[in-house]
Amino acid sequence: MNVTRNQRVDLEVVANLIPPQSRVLDVGSGDGSLLELLQDTKQVDGRGLELSQRGVNECVARGLSVIQGDADKDLEFYPDKGFDFVVLSQTLQATRNPKLVLKELLRIGNRAIVSFPNFGHWRVRMSLFLNGRMPVTTDLPYSWYDTPNIHFCTIRDFVNLCDELGATVEKATALDANGQKIGLSMPWWFWNFFGQQAVFLLKR
Amino acid sequence: MAALRAGKTNNEADQPSSPVLRFGLDKPLKLDAGTLLSPFQIAYQTYGTLNDARSNAILVCHALTGDQHVGSTNPVTGKPGWWEVLIGPGKIIDTSRFFVICSNVIGGCLGSTGPASTNPATGKPYGLDLPIITIRDMVRAQQMLIDHFGIEKLFCVLGGSMGGMQVLEWASSYPERVFSALPIATGARHSSQNIAFHEVGRQAVMADPDWHGGKYFEHGKRPEKGLAVARMAAHITYLSEAALHRKFGRNLQDREALTFGFDADFQIESYLRHQGMTFVDRFDANSYLYMTRSMDYFDLAADHGGRLADAFAGTKTRFCLVSFTSDWLFPTEESRSIVHALNAAGASVSFVEIETDRGHDAFLLDEPELFAAINGFIGSAARARGLTS
Repeated sequence: MNVTRNQRVDLEVVANLIPPQSRVLDVGSGDGSLLELLQDTKQVDGRGLELSQRGVNECVARGLSVIQGDADKDLEFYPDKGFDFVVLSQTLQATRNPKLVLKELLRIGNRAIVSFPNFGHWRVRMSLFLNGRMPVTTDLPYSWYDTPNIHFCTIRDFVNLCDELGATVEKATALDANGQKIGLSMPWWFWNFFGQQAVFLLKR
Repeated sequence: MAALRAGKTNNEADQPSSPVLRFGLDKPLKLDAGTLLSPFQIAYQTYGTLNDARSNAILVCHALTGDQHVGSTNPVTGKPGWWEVLIGPGKIIDTSRFFVICSNVIGGCLGSTGPASTNPATGKPYGLDLPIITIRDMVRAQQMLIDHFGIEKLFCVLGGSMGGMQVLEWASSYPERVFSALPIATGARHSSQNIAFHEVGRQAVMADPDWHGGKYFEHGKRPEKGLAVARMAAHITYLSEAALHRKFGRNLQDREALTFGFDADFQIESYLRHQGMTFVDRFDANSYLYMTRSMDYFDLAADHGGRLADAFAGTKTRFCLVSFTSDWLFPTEESRSIVHALNAAGASVSFVEIETDRGHDAFLLDEPELFAAINGFIGSAARARGLTS
């Protein structure tokens, strides 16, 4: 939602986790890029939920099945296990109640895929450490007073939340500043330091 | 206009200038009121050609005072079809690609059996002897028309307002016969406020001495004043405060100053009077009573144990709902509650809210965002249905 530079890479990582013909709900579907990618390459049965009315109208005009709604409020209307995959791409940090949203994702989908910007990235740490100011980077371009990102977390924070909710991390990927995957063999602290974005595949 | 004025009877009611399908005593229409309507007839229009697979049919459901003349000149008013902006060769609903059907609803006054039609038992117009007609009755009749065409599954059913109610009823009652559904500016039930406005309209008609307990044709009269007032009140609900202000403000009508009388000093008064007058030329007063009642009685959730999602349980139909920001007759929340029910039923659903100040009537107007949404939805549904462009 607010990370633009490596958006494609993030989407491709997400898309690669989804097998063909799956039933997918994309929460925070934005301009519909992921849904379109999944429909074109994986023939999925895709639905979207998007906050911005403009984004929704554009999606529907492009033939995508999208409704206007709020991840914080409208997930409760979806039935249990209604989808094979529920995707929350670059939206978790903008939700009012990330824990509840994550819980809902795990209820609605057999699997949940969550991607988010890592607030533990060294650039973010350095910004606060050296300047003593809230970090503003190219990927997180907002000032503290106008940011829609009200609930930042680090990769470690997110892993802890997953533990708390009893969710199993089936797969995790961290992307560096160039959108390259960080080697699987690296330890968590390394990911948490050098990963600019993270993509998690979760199971209840 | 001539059709209604001449001899104060409604020729279109019995002998419509569009095709008409007549059902004899062997094929009665079962009504929710608990009786049978028989014989009865459905007047309809079609545009385009039904393909060999009979898979390209689109049913358009008309609103409260609409009719079957959706894409061609109205024989009563001489005006263009009510949705010609949308439907026709090369238009968004392309009649060189799709077979479009639109029928006058049961209870209407342009050729389908309604209160202005001749009651075969008496040789006089039905008047209030016609049983109350519900949205489900209208849809049941349409289904018999679709059977007549040998169409198993409609590619799309669409309509706005009361037409949207029919779309929802179609999708709920005959899910296997509806591939895609496009209800616009509508609700799954008529709200208390909407029933209230309808009641004002009905009381205005019935207060007119020319109404004669519904037997006005027999007295050679028509309750024009009452029906005009009903239309004036209703028309306000189709617009928005912002649009009225933009269009008329407090502007005076053909005068420099207030007259200190009860003439139409203001443009808005003159406009409403004109709306009322032109309406009575094309619509039957009793039919107006029946149409408004059908909407009042509509409550899809109540028909399914109070849970709207159950009205759509297991549906495979693709849905797209549209609402308008300034529509206070069917506000966005009405559409949203349908969307939530469809979500709960696991249905495929799109939902677009369009920003406009044109109120409820926006669905009948040239709204680019509405057309873009319909185009996108119909296009992707057509691909899924295997219809080539």
